[in-house]
Amino acid sequence: MNVAVEMDAVRHGELLDISEAGPAPKRIIAGFGFWIFLLSDIVMFSALFASYAVLAKASAGGLTGAQLFDQRNVAMETALLLLSSYSCGMMSLAINSQRYLATFLGAVVTFLLGAAFLKLELREFQGMIALGATPERSAFLSAFFTLVGSHGLHVTVGLAWLVLMMVQLSLRGFQDAVVRRLHCFSLFWHALDIIWVLIFTVVYLMGVLP
Amino acid sequence: MTTETHWDVAPGERPAIPASERKASSGLLVYTLGLLLAVILTITSFWVANTSAIWAPGVPAGLVVLAIAQMGVHLVFFLHITTGPDSTNNVLALAFGVLIVFLVLVGSLVIMANLNENMMAHTELMDLQVRH
Repeated sequence: MNVAVEMDAVRHGELLDISEAGPAPKRIIAGFGFWIFLLSDIVMFSALFASYAVLAKASAGGLTGAQLFDQRNVAMETALLLLSSYSCGMMSLAINSQRYLATFLGAVVTFLLGAAFLKLELREFQGMIALGATPERSAFLSAFFTLVGSHGLHVTVGLAWLVLMMVQLSLRGFQDAVVRRLHCFSLFWHALDIIWVLIFTVVYLMGVLP
Repeated sequence: MTTETHWDVAPGERPAIPASERKASSGLLVYTLGLLLAVILTITSFWVANTSAIWAPGVPAGLVVLAIAQMGVHLVFFLHITTGPDSTNNVLALAFGVLIVFLVLVGSLVIMANLNENMMAHTELMDLQVRH
């Protein structure tokens, strides 16, 4: 046995039990708190999903989902959001190794992909409204605009947050607080992609089934 | 630093790996693997919705299964929520969230379907009121 192994054994002996170690580092507490917030946000979305699922067939003689939804558009939105989630992951890796250029590059790519997603979604909404499919036309459309609109609103907030974080990063560098916030942002962004998975399945793909 | 391994990791953080076993590329590999799996599942979802090769009444169930699988992929590969011992708090919170989501979704759907089946149409009700 060499010295290194013995050192390791000593270190293990020194590890404190969780009840004696004192409060957890702020990084972990902040991450966990934000995780709780995300879960509560998901619970809110589940209520919107439930109301959409109940009202999906209540089109009151107006246009139905099968007539309104364009699958090619949805596939493009899905690809954009998934890729932006990936580039956000790349950004997290760059933050972990404190590389400025890679972090900014990841943020710019994430922002552009997110903005492109938002643009496609807004164009889709405009097209629907031009066809007379406004939120007040039927219960189905009210539920649709509430559900997909609140997801779009979250994406908008996320984009604003990302810009703010880049300003903070360029002013303050990789301070603990900035890194913590960037970490929360990436959690938020990945969670939005999870909600989108449910949206494209429940709203768009199931909506066009015969 | 050594005591930190005793804490649960924050969600989104990968479990603590000894520096000797950590490779610079492993993080990239995890995200790329997640992206590939998510792309495969997404393409399968779109294919399932548009094909006639699958028994039609089974399509919605298939889509739900694919969506749940993809959410699992996102949780594990992007949010790094794992079953490791240092992720217990995150998993417990997630389990509670899933329970509430399940209750809200299934509860609403069952109750509303039940009401739809058992309630009289509004016009019928009006007829009854007029007759009595």
